[in-house]
Amino acid sequence: MKSLLNSALGLALGVASATVAVADGHAKELTIAIVNNGHMINMQKVAEAYTEETGVKLNWVSLEEGVLREQVTSDTATGGGQYDIINIGMQEAPIWGAAGWIEPLNFGADYDVDDMLPAMRNGLSHDGTLYAAPFYGESSMVMYRKDLTDAAGVAIADNDSWDNVKAAAAAIHNPDAGVYGACLRGKPGWGDNMAFVTTVVNSFGGAWFDADFKPQLESDEWKAAINFYVDLLGDYGPPGSEGNSFNEILALYNEGKCGMWIDATIAASFLTQPGVAYAQSPNAGNPVGANWLWAWAMAVPAGSPNAAESQAFIEWATSKEYIKAVGNHPDFGWGKVPTGTRASTYAIPEFQAAAPFAAAEMAAIESAAPAATDIKPYVGVQFAAIPEFPEVGTAVAQEIAAALSGAKSVDEALAAAQEAANAIMSEAGYF
Amino acid sequence: MATITQSSKLGNVLWPALAWMVALIFFFPIFWLVFTSFKTDADAVKPEFLFSFTPTLENYANMTENYDYWRFAINSVITSSFATLFALAVGVPAAYAMAFDPSRHTKDILMWMLSTKMLPAAAVLYPMTFLTKNFLGIFDTHFLVILVLCLINLPIVIWMLFTYFKEIPKEIIEAGKMDGVSLWGEIKDILIPLAWGGIASTALLTFIFCWNEAYWTVRLTTVDAATLSKLIEGNRAPEGLFFGRLSAVSTAAVAPIIILGWFCQKQLVQGLTFGAVK
Repeated sequence: MKSLLNSALGLALGVASATVAVADGHAKELTIAIVNNGHMINMQKVAEAYTEETGVKLNWVSLEEGVLREQVTSDTATGGGQYDIINIGMQEAPIWGAAGWIEPLNFGADYDVDDMLPAMRNGLSHDGTLYAAPFYGESSMVMYRKDLTDAAGVAIADNDSWDNVKAAAAAIHNPDAGVYGACLRGKPGWGDNMAFVTTVVNSFGGAWFDADFKPQLESDEWKAAINFYVDLLGDYGPPGSEGNSFNEILALYNEGKCGMWIDATIAASFLTQPGVAYAQSPNAGNPVGANWLWAWAMAVPAGSPNAAESQAFIEWATSKEYIKAVGNHPDFGWGKVPTGTRASTYAIPEFQAAAPFAAAEMAAIESAAPAATDIKPYVGVQFAAIPEFPEVGTAVAQEIAAALSGAKSVDEALAAAQEAANAIMSEAGYF
Repeated sequence: MATITQSSKLGNVLWPALAWMVALIFFFPIFWLVFTSFKTDADAVKPEFLFSFTPTLENYANMTENYDYWRFAINSVITSSFATLFALAVGVPAAYAMAFDPSRHTKDILMWMLSTKMLPAAAVLYPMTFLTKNFLGIFDTHFLVILVLCLINLPIVIWMLFTYFKEIPKEIIEAGKMDGVSLWGEIKDILIPLAWGGIASTALLTFIFCWNEAYWTVRLTTVDAATLSKLIEGNRAPEGLFFGRLSAVSTAAVAPIIILGWFCQKQLVQGLTFGAVK
């Protein structure tokens, strides 16, 4: 009898400890979906210290941006729990927060949420609640070769007029020497050409939708902006611009083929050509400048079984301490810290010394205006934070690329874009 | 006579030259991929380092240290091997039945099977994700990847085997039947030895298709069953030129299949051209 009791007790203890081990093992492993870029890749190495300190094993699933969106969207929408932490952008964060697809984030006092740049915090919140913490943020600005502008006797000022920018592009344009006046995104995609084009439209006083969310693509402002864009890139851009996006232009710039490039501020950290200068994005005299606002942020899908551990990791990965850890890491250093998220980063002397673009980047982020206005009745600068935007943006992007390649006139392209956008918005029930 | 000799001499030079040119065009991307994999990310995009650069193994070290290449590679081997085996296990009897005992619907069935390849994969992505994750609970498992790879390649397997089996004289199978050989015996002792070359080339091609499959293997896996396609996908970057490390990952992903193809090229060519001269 005693032996039977001992056996039963042993079995019960064994089962209990196995259960604890399983439960413990479950909580000590997080699966993180990340977009593949330099900062995220570096995080995997820096986070080894987090695993050592906490014992939490991190499984990294690195995906191309488009595939990441597709996977994360389907996983979040089906409540599948495939990931504990997801990388999302500023377009998704407020929408998913409002839909209850991601958890609100609550961090401790040490996190110093007030240190987060206001534009980033607002862009990743819904109704004042933060749903995603920015890992790195960016705006856009003009990056140009000062040796060429000096030689041509022209200058590009902060928030210069588009006419002056075009004149500068004309002055430094020298295709015989393999140098093109202006390199801009032309590849169709809502996050490709439309990111830049939307900021041009903003600066011309236009908007995607009116107050009733009716597309405004045939407005005078859109026509003026697209004609300007097509002329500027057509006259002074490299051949085949309709196939160029960030990476293609980065390669051209580093080969010395671009006199000027207006794009994401993060590009500055990749430029290897000497003598690069920065200027705030141009404007056509309107309150909203042509600089965008974007962040890759980290969020916790709703219903995640490891929500507490996930929030703890996000709190660490987006903290001031993390930025210091990257800056002091022997493999990385201060030139590779994730920027565009915290005001305190820009006050670090080592960072200022390692990143000559720091001041221009912060000024660009701070001046970006994502909030809804009378002219632009939606949140977002280079996108509209509505679920239908990727579809509308992609359809319009094709038409703008057709205008750029000469396959259609600007008026034809905008008429077709308006028709496509109307159909999508109408089907979605806006009108 | 002299004209014939001259033209044949010309042909002796022209055809091999053309063949070499075509081969070089096909080989160049592979060569460039391997070549770039030994450059740093910075050197890979600089024209001055197009041919002259200091080779580095940094990208390969990074791939094994940071991306756990071997886990992805082992998953690719497991899923491709089992999917090929299962596809053959189903395909051989199916093709046997259709080749040697056809009904009036055989052609329709073959066409229907082929038509399933015409369905755009994206059309069933959401139901597949929902069913496998929320309903069946087999998302991100080797079983699911093997099942999907097997099913998507099954029409090709059956079609190829059917074409091979049709070339075998029916009388041989009937003679076996007359001698009292069982159905399993017909397949094992008569059909498989006779059609071994065809079955081997079908297996090879199926293995290559499974290895290269990216759409489903990327979307139906997370960590545990992720294959090399997912590793490559994860190294594409929208902001940043990481061509060196992307080339290293791609080289390491395609190397096993290129080596396999090199050793089995005779069977592959035989499989691809079978029946072409008839």
